[in-house]
Amino acid sequence: MDEREQNAINNPQVKRYATHTERAVICEVRIERPASQTQPVLESKPARAKSGAARTSAVVTGKVMGERDIAAVAKRQKVGKVFVQAGIYLFLTVVAITVLFPFYWMLISSFKSMAEYNLYTPTLWPKQFVWGNYLLAFTSDLNLGRLFLNTCYVGIVSTILSLIITVLSAYAFAKFEFRGKNALFAALLATMMIPGELFTVTNYMTVSTFKWTDTYRVLIVPFLVSVFYIYLLRQNFMQIPNELYLAAKVDGTSDFKYLWKVMIPLSAPTLISITILKMMGSWNSYIWPSLVTKKEHWLVTVGLRNSNVFTDAQGMVNYPAQMAAVMLVTLPLLLVFIFFRKYIMRGVSRSGIKG
Amino acid sequence: MEKRKNQWKAWIYLLPALVILLIFTVWPIINTVRMAFLEDYNALAEVGGTVFHFGFGNFTRVFNPYGGFLIALVNTVLLTVITVPISTMLALLIAVALNSIKPLRKIYQTIFFLPYVTNSIAIGMVFSAMFSIIGGGQGVRPDSWGLINSIIRAFGGDPINWVNSTINWGDGILARSRFANMCVLVIYIVWNALPFKILVLLGGLQNVNKQYYDAARVDGTSRARIFWRITVPLLSPMIAYVVITGFIGGFKEYTSVVGIFTDKMGPVGANIYTPKDNLNTMVGYIYQSLAASEGYASAAALILFVIIFAVTMVNMYVSKKRVHY
Repeated sequence: MDEREQNAINNPQVKRYATHTERAVICEVRIERPASQTQPVLESKPARAKSGAARTSAVVTGKVMGERDIAAVAKRQKVGKVFVQAGIYLFLTVVAITVLFPFYWMLISSFKSMAEYNLYTPTLWPKQFVWGNYLLAFTSDLNLGRLFLNTCYVGIVSTILSLIITVLSAYAFAKFEFRGKNALFAALLATMMIPGELFTVTNYMTVSTFKWTDTYRVLIVPFLVSVFYIYLLRQNFMQIPNELYLAAKVDGTSDFKYLWKVMIPLSAPTLISITILKMMGSWNSYIWPSLVTKKEHWLVTVGLRNSNVFTDAQGMVNYPAQMAAVMLVTLPLLLVFIFFRKYIMRGVSRSGIKG
Repeated sequence: MEKRKNQWKAWIYLLPALVILLIFTVWPIINTVRMAFLEDYNALAEVGGTVFHFGFGNFTRVFNPYGGFLIALVNTVLLTVITVPISTMLALLIAVALNSIKPLRKIYQTIFFLPYVTNSIAIGMVFSAMFSIIGGGQGVRPDSWGLINSIIRAFGGDPINWVNSTINWGDGILARSRFANMCVLVIYIVWNALPFKILVLLGGLQNVNKQYYDAARVDGTSRARIFWRITVPLLSPMIAYVVITGFIGGFKEYTSVVGIFTDKMGPVGANIYTPKDNLNTMVGYIYQSLAASEGYASAAALILFVIIFAVTMVNMYVSKKRVHY
């Protein structure tokens, strides 16, 4: 289980759901609304407030104040507003640079030669572009190609299986009536409160008993079920009007066909969110793989941190090579982010911190 | 009849999920509690036939001052208590600023969200590279003070040993500093925590009813007063949410430290058992003690759960009193 799931339970929306089903649905709908529909509201109130005051004084001293003075006041307000806006942009730009700088440093360092990186005064742009660092990531003992393959395999298999399991369970919770349904669902939600470390201790022993250590299975099976994803998809399924289901029944459609032909296509955005978050989860997972696998089955993050190819015998770190490897690990994530920004942000705003 | 038919159908749909949950979620909960209360429990020895007795020995042993758990606890609490307020305040400022501009907002929003989609270990290594001193030690002067120290020196400051072990180049020494180590961790954790908080708070701001601001504008309320009297109270559910998840995430901090300091949880050559060097966290302690005894690891995991649960409850209690819904 990842952190995201546990945090979901603290989400105001989730809490509200637990007590009032209908309200939760309304809540979800409200959250779905794209940001563009709402307007920014904080536009320089003081400036306008001042204009109110100025106008009052203009009325009081109405005779003295001519049209030219009013124009001057308006101009002054405009200047004040511009100053405030400029300050806001300055602040945001400084923060943006701080946020972006590590990425920039990673990028330029990966193209430097080790000699240039170690110069007394660091350079902010490579004097000469060196591609060898990237080559090193694949040819050296780090064997990034193998790590990529491992991670893609684990990511794809676990995403597909996890989607199947999630869809089936969410469908059962959303459309079927059976004894103990609400109690079971509440119990599932309650497990999201427990930190994953508590499971890891026993799971580590369980997988050793199963003799699964150092296989792909051990990286896939324990994380197939995510209560949070079931919850997310169930909410989505419940928004689909029941009339559709009844109409399908009248036409003699089987439950499974209805799920496949109606529910899944209608919930595609949520399914895409789940897919992306799950894939990113495999890409970023560190603790579990480093506990239960040896080098052959390492995933990218484990290899990146635990491999010692970047340090020479004297303890000198080959930072450019390291940064090239980091760059290669980060790039796919950034690409996914650029193409699926909407889905990621949607899933995240309802979930919690990094998984 | 329809209903009864659906009864078993539902369980079939649920079957795969329930089987996996039973093995990897329900059993661990039971077993971890069991192991925590069996003194010096060791799984291998149990298979060998050893019988363990019920007792609180694991807990007292975990709290042994030389065991490393207390250091980890102090580190974790420090990091959480420092980073959560800083990142929440900063995120609030950024969200309000973002909400008050129109052109370029989407671009800024995207930039601020970037740290979220990255790998926290990979970028931790970048931070480590930026802060570290290059070369030096064993009688050799460092090749370079590193990026951050070069910036500090450009402004006339002295280089600081942020992440390296003590560097002794013969006619000079730059000792490692736990305070500096913690600073780097705080900077990195805040950098990492901002995107999610900004996203949630900005989402909350955009749902605030504009009429409150219009009313304040008519009354000529100052910008600061609007912030404290309107924005903060109306956002308080979102702020409470962000603070609670921040605390939970903080108590589970581990990968940020690994990213910067490797899984040795400290600068190169640091001794994990001396409080001065050790940057271990509670989660780190759980994984390290797994090798010694599953009993200790279980006890530590239970303590972590109790702390997280307590913090969540306190937060919810405070929110109930203070949060304006």
